[in-house]
This record gives sequence, C-alpha cells and structure tokens, in this order.
Amino acid sequence: MAILTIRDALNQALREEIIRDENVFIMGEEVAEYDGAYKVTRGLWKEFGDKRVVDTPITELGFAAVGVGAAMAGLRPVIEFMTWNFSILASDQIINHAAKMYYMSGGQFSVPIVFRGPNGSAYQVSSQHSQALEAFYANFPGLKVVMPSTAADAKGLLKSAIRDNNPVIFLEQETMYGMKGEVPDDEDFTIPLGIADVKREGSDCTIVARSFTVPQALKAAEELEKEGVSVEVVDPRTIKPLDIDTIVASVKKTNRLVIAEESHAFASVGAEISHQVMEHAFDYLDAPVKRISCAEAPMPYARNLEVLALPSVEKIIAAVKEVCYL
Amino acid sequence: MAKTATQAGTSKTNANGHRAKNSAAAKTVEKMEKSEKAVTDTVNPKIAKSEHQDRKKLQKSSIKNLDKELLQEMLYQMVLGRSFEQKCAEVYRIGKIGGFCHLYIGQEAVGVGAIMALRADDYVITAYRDHVQAMLKGITPEAVMAELYGKSGGSVGGKGGSMHMFSKEKGFFGGHGIVGGQIGVGTGMAYAQKYKGGDQVTLCFFGEAALNQGMFHESLNMAQLWKLPVIYICENNQYGMGTSQARAMSMSSISEKAAGYGMASEFVDGMDVLAVREATTRAIERARKDGSPTLLEIRCYRFMGHSMSDPGKYRTGDEIKKNQERDPIFLFKESLKEAKVFGDEDFTEIETRAKEVVAKAVKFAEESPFPDEKELFTDVLA
Repeated sequence: MAILTIRDALNQALREEIIRDENVFIMGEEVAEYDGAYKVTRGLWKEFGDKRVVDTPITELGFAAVGVGAAMAGLRPVIEFMTWNFSILASDQIINHAAKMYYMSGGQFSVPIVFRGPNGSAYQVSSQHSQALEAFYANFPGLKVVMPSTAADAKGLLKSAIRDNNPVIFLEQETMYGMKGEVPDDEDFTIPLGIADVKREGSDCTIVARSFTVPQALKAAEELEKEGVSVEVVDPRTIKPLDIDTIVASVKKTNRLVIAEESHAFASVGAEISHQVMEHAFDYLDAPVKRISCAEAPMPYARNLEVLALPSVEKIIAAVKEVCYL
Repeated sequence: MAKTATQAGTSKTNANGHRAKNSAAAKTVEKMEKSEKAVTDTVNPKIAKSEHQDRKKLQKSSIKNLDKELLQEMLYQMVLGRSFEQKCAEVYRIGKIGGFCHLYIGQEAVGVGAIMALRADDYVITAYRDHVQAMLKGITPEAVMAELYGKSGGSVGGKGGSMHMFSKEKGFFGGHGIVGGQIGVGTGMAYAQKYKGGDQVTLCFFGEAALNQGMFHESLNMAQLWKLPVIYICENNQYGMGTSQARAMSMSSISEKAAGYGMASEFVDGMDVLAVREATTRAIERARKDGSPTLLEIRCYRFMGHSMSDPGKYRTGDEIKKNQERDPIFLFKESLKEAKVFGDEDFTEIETRAKEVVAKAVKFAEESPFPDEKELFTDVLA
C-alpha cells in the first residue's frame, strides 16, 4: 500500500480511468495547462493531451451541458467545478437535464457523467465560496451523491463513480486534499457506491460523519475514549443511495446518535438520517438524536467567526456527552 | 379536414397552462373556434394565395435540382405534420391529452426543410414544440400520439408527454422543456461526434426567445472555439410565449449575433421549405467538412397559440392572417404544381394518406394501455 494524499489518490483514479476507457475525459476550468486549481489533475494534460484533458472558458452552465450532451452520445465525461459553489450556475443542467434524462426518455438515454470538485468551507473564503451542497443535490431522484473522507475512499469511490452509468455528484473537500492515507496499489481497486464504512468501532454512542467531519469525529472519539466513552464512527461515504442499514445497525448497538455535518441544518442530510433512524430504530434510542451542523448564517470571513460557524471536535464531544447524559 | 383549431387556446382563466374546466372557459373556446375557423384547414387557398407570386420564383430553381420523389415526400411530411397537430388540438379539447401541448402549425417548413436534409446517423435535439420534428427523425406517429395520451405505447412509455419525445435508435435526443437548456446539450452531442471522429452532425433547434438565455451565448462561444459540427437552428416564430421579439430582444437581427462569436450564419425564409433545405444543406456541408458550426435564423410564424392554453390576446387577427397568406404548405404545393411535379389530385391523395396515418395513430393511442403502476419507479437510475 502506498501512502497518498487525497489529492493524489483522486489524481490516480482519474489517470487510471482515462487509460482504462477511451471515452473518459476530464473537462473544466484550469484542469489542463494550469494543472488544476487545486492540482487534482496535475500532470494529466501533459500525459494525455487536449483530447482527454480539456480547459474550458469560465462558463459553468455551458460546459456542464456539453458534458450532459456528450454523455448522452456515449462518452463518459468527468466535469470539474473549481468549487461546488459554482455548480449553482450549472444546476439547471445537473437537476433538470442530467438527473431526469434517463427517466424522461423512458430508459433510452443514460447520462454517465461525474461532476466533481471541492465542496464546503476552505480557509476564510467567505460566503460565496464556503457552501456544502450535498442536501441540495441529494434531494433529486436520478442523481447519486458521493463524499469521500480518506485517500483510499477518494480513489476507490471516484473510479466507481466514473464507471457508473448515472450522473454522480462527487463532493471533495478543499481543506482535506492534503490529508494522507494508505491506498491499495491495485489498479482495479474500487469501492462500490452505496456502502457505508465504520471508521471506528465503539459501543456507547454512534457518530455519523461525512467528509469534513469524519476526521473531527475520529479525533473526538479518541478524546472521549480517555474519559471512558466508547464511540463508533460511521461514514456513509455515499449520501445517495444511503446505506441506512449500517447506520441503523450501529444505533441498535450504541442506542445513541450524533450526526456531524458541514452543511446547514435545515432540511439537511443529517435531518434525513435522523428521520430514517427514527423510522427504523425508534425503540432503540436512549436519547434524542443530536446534530452538529454549520451555523444558520452565510459563512463569515473573520477567522474567529468562521470557526464559530463550523462543526469542530469540541462541539462533537459536547454533543456526545449530551446524548450520553454525561 | 380536422375540426377547428384556433390560434387562441382555451381562456384567460387558464393562462398558467391548466386546461379549462369551467363553463365560461368553454364558451370562450366556442367563440374563438367560430371566429377563427379559417386557420384550421390544412391549407386555406383563399388566404394563402395572394403573396404566392413573390415566392414561387425563388423555389423554382431548386425544384429542378431535387428528385421528384423527395419533393413529394417533403410535401407529404408537411401535410402529415399539420394534420397530426390539428388532430392533437382536437383531442386535447376533449381531454385526451394533458399538461402542456405546443403545436407546430405554420412552422412545418422549418422541420421538414432541415431534418430531411440530414443523414439517418445524424443527431437532432429540440425544445418542447417537438411532435413533428420527432416524427421527421423517425419516431412513428403512433408512438408520438400514444405519448401525448400518456400511454405505454408512447415514445417514452408515457413518462414524458408532449414536450419529451425521445428515440435513441433514431438519433432524436429529445424534446426539452427548459428554454435554451437543449442548446448546451446539443453542443455536447456535437462534442461527442467530434471526439469519436467521423462526420456526423447535430441539428439543434430552439426558439428566438432562447437567445435571451445565457446558455445560447455560452454554447455558441464553445462551439466556435472548439469547432464543433453543430447547426444551431433558431426557429424565429417572433413570439416567446406572449412576448414579441421586439419587446424582448435589444438587437433583433439574430443571424448577426453569430458575428459576436465569429460564427457563420444565414437568415432564411422559414415559409419556404426549399430555402430552409438549401441553407441547412450548406451548413451541414460546412460541419461535415470543416467541423465548424453555423447559426441559422429561420423566420417563421406559428399560426396557433404558444400552447393550447394561450388566450392569444397579444397579436391581432390581421397579423395572423397576413402570415397565413404565406402558408408554407400552400407555397410549396403551388410551386410544385407550377413545375409540373405535382397535380391537385396528388395533393388530395397526400392529404387523404396523411389523415389515414393520423387516424391510425389515434386508434393506436386509444387502444394502448396506460403504463403499469410499477413504471413509476423504473428508469430512475440506469
């Protein structure tokens, strides 16, 4: 196993899939000659040239649509948004076109496309560049939504996303690109979409975390262990389809649930998980489900306010103690 | 003759697209049907005759260059398209068709002139006024009508309705309901054609109102930048729903907008099916040979309302009548007669044949079962 950053794991996945399938190409702003705004596509243009690695004008709606049309006509585009915040300009293509095409055409035109890029906050990039959009996209039938939190997951899930015949929303996290982890060397290494991963086993409380909050939850679990609290951390990895069975099994074991998420709380993925756990494991809960989410305000610039707005290890620890009545 | 289809649809009370259910609306429909019956004939020679003298010369030259069979087929397809849409209006009024329903009456020369200039392996994508274009690309009238009925025998099994006809087999990439959305998708289809090599092209249809969407500009920029084999066909019927082009577009010369992207363009008379065919053929050749795009502004006029629920208060009867004088079917028919390709009896035969095909389509749609309830959840994911 190699030790790779999430950035390089994603790069490897792209490279291997470009080699594996001649219909795979990556398109987006600064993905080619500039080597990627966050260097996820570093070296790919030099290796594969203009056909497979395509710089676009700053025209999110337009190049998202080119991806949708190309996918309908048999290619497998990977469309990079420099950040998911910019995908909002392209959301008509993602929601009204990509998500509905297979259904609307009576199963004739599938749209095998991956939309990917960094989601959520970075360091003080303020209101318009700090949004976590998973709940928005997860609301629409026809889309799969994926959020890796480790280098191995990033690589294995991106390869599966590219091979999937549906539009996949692949949400990375800018502050996590440099995080390192073990990644299997096997070029056929993939992780199926729709399977959660128990990142740490425990018996007193379950934390469901995704992307940005997974390292925080693991850190919180370490701290809580010192105080004698055994925490299980479940990472769904794929938001849609959601592996609710793994989450419910964990809750049935621990009887307590904290959900940590970078998005806003209202109508969030955490709200959905909370509802589904109530549906499937109501009698197993020893305390109300607790959520840690982003504050109900646009993201402020000032560092102290930004920290205050976001989930943190401390907030997660406090939430676990609350549901454990400690 | 199909019975009454008015340029106005039902009533003011249902301008939001829902069909009239109350008696006031029904009365309005009746009144409009009486006053505007003339629109409904496949071609009304009395109206259409006057300006014909100006047009026939232009058509005469190209008639010589085309096979008689092709010319006859083009006329047949125009007549079939109109008969089909007239029948749609008729069955819509008795509640057989739900939702939105946008008819192509008056614009037949655009679809026939352009799509019949393609090869079978080329692609077409269009907006929501898609019934006739779908048939021209090879979807059967039965499948289109059954789709309008929301039946399992429809082109997409009853999941799409009027605005969403599709056929992967025939290269018809859909009718689309978001104004301008399909311009970018069509650009992507041409991107794939270029990526794969070969010399296929994409025809991408949209109305003039779609030019006011950002997608139009984003798409033309990329298509010219990357030299994509796409022909953008702006069907300028002069109204975006109830808003005239003059009230919505700061610079009205659409073909000139292509200059902003360094793209080839042409203005075409959309009432002249041969002019449409010639301009489209030139654009197709450019796309096949150099892989470069073209913008065609094809000026036409819809004789009906925007949709079946359009009260039609935004244009005058005189304006509609003036445009009907240049009915594309009449102009073409007269030119073919003049060139001795065609006689009146041939036209009668064509009309009869078209009506039979439409009747067969209606019968198929009536008899086709509604989709099974399990279909609600099929085709959500591939």
